[in-house]
Amino acid sequence: MVQKLNLLKESASQTAGPYVHIGCVPNFCGIEGVYPEDLGASMLSEKTQGERIKITGKVIDGTGTPLKDVMLEIWQADHNGLYPAANEHRGEADPNFTGWGRCPGDYVSGEYTFNTIKPGIVPFFDGRPMAPHITFWIVARGINVGLHTRMYFPEEEAANAADPILTRLEHQVRVPTLIGKKTGEGEYSFDIVLQGENETVFFDI
Amino acid sequence: MKSNQKPNLGGYFPRDRVRHPDAYTPWYKTSVVRSPTKALISMNNTLSEITGPVFGHSMLGDLDNDLMLNYAGAGESAIGQRIIVHGRVLDETGRGVPDCLIEVWQANAGGRYRHAKESYVAALDPNFGGCGRCITDEDGNYSFRTIKPGAYPWPNGPNDWRPAHIHFSLFGHAFAQRLITQMYFEGDPMIPYCPIIRTISDQDAVQDLIAPLDMANTIPMDARAYKFDIVLRGRRSTMFENRMEGN
Ligand SMILES: [Fe+2]
Repeated sequence: MVQKLNLLKESASQTAGPYVHIGCVPNFCGIEGVYPEDLGASMLSEKTQGERIKITGKVIDGTGTPLKDVMLEIWQADHNGLYPAANEHRGEADPNFTGWGRCPGDYVSGEYTFNTIKPGIVPFFDGRPMAPHITFWIVARGINVGLHTRMYFPEEEAANAADPILTRLEHQVRVPTLIGKKTGEGEYSFDIVLQGENETVFFDI
Repeated sequence: MKSNQKPNLGGYFPRDRVRHPDAYTPWYKTSVVRSPTKALISMNNTLSEITGPVFGHSMLGDLDNDLMLNYAGAGESAIGQRIIVHGRVLDETGRGVPDCLIEVWQANAGGRYRHAKESYVAALDPNFGGCGRCITDEDGNYSFRTIKPGAYPWPNGPNDWRPAHIHFSLFGHAFAQRLITQMYFEGDPMIPYCPIIRTISDQDAVQDLIAPLDMANTIPMDARAYKFDIVLRGRRSTMFENRMEGN
């Protein structure tokens, strides 16, 4: 016999189901008066530093149909590349920026919208810079384990070409699935495709 | 940092994908066109994954963790079996996870959700909204008061029912720990029939989602208790890690 490691096992994931709104965005689904506002509905204030951007998109299933019961969360650095997190030790992030947003897909169109700022550069674990990116987490009915992906920025061609995550993807043909499309000044679209030919790259983080 | 806590230096333990459900589970029909078909791309945790948003206890209202009352009219209360759901949020090293935001949602005692897309014939309870939240204390403890949710039918197979369950959403300290799961109740005969539970093939992992009746913590003449511990990913704390800048 040897000593025991005594490690526990992570609780298994279960789908968020069709009624995730009740728990996570109750005001959105008409349950008002319990919480003053839905968490993650606003990431910014007037004082937030950085370039305002708006990201819209849909999450699309294997038949090409947008999910209308999806919920997305994003997590990103501030304009200086600092995270508004308790364990951010490199400096103090912008106190007027939450870094975290949550948005349900529209009941009819499936579209989501995040109003945020363009993030700065964050170092990879070996110190190399990562290109500006936003982490996405997607849950819905029929998704058994929440999906992680990233959105990079199309105008950051040089930084994307040197990004430690993008460059190590074996199938470089899939890199464009991780890059938003510029649709206007400060406006991007980023569709997430769950399966099929243009399936978005999802990460096991 | 408290003196009895080890410094956190490394990435999170890799997710045990054998213990989690597969993406493609055709007996749960919605998963068929919503499951990625290509392999997930593994990556080492970076600052983007080991950090996460902070939620302060001050954001909570007095009734946020009391689903029996938080949607009820003055002097009213939700109908159903009064229960306390309590437990600890731990990480895989066994340490309690403090300041973890937990959000819950559930059907009412008749198995009916308060939602525009809900079509079950069971009655709505005017005094039950179905959402609650709390933040764990310094040892990772949490508790809710609610009513026991009912089982409900759902369109999947010709006669599929969900066992009584409460949905849980958890934030640990890192986006890598983000988790949504469901709690089931000890002794529920519907559990073996549930296609969503059967997305988990590891029977040990299924058992870990079933909360036992906790008579010791039951409040006499008031509310029975169920104890539900949740485990989030642990984090390497080896001292010789390939250290990240500033960490
Ligand atoms: Fe449910």
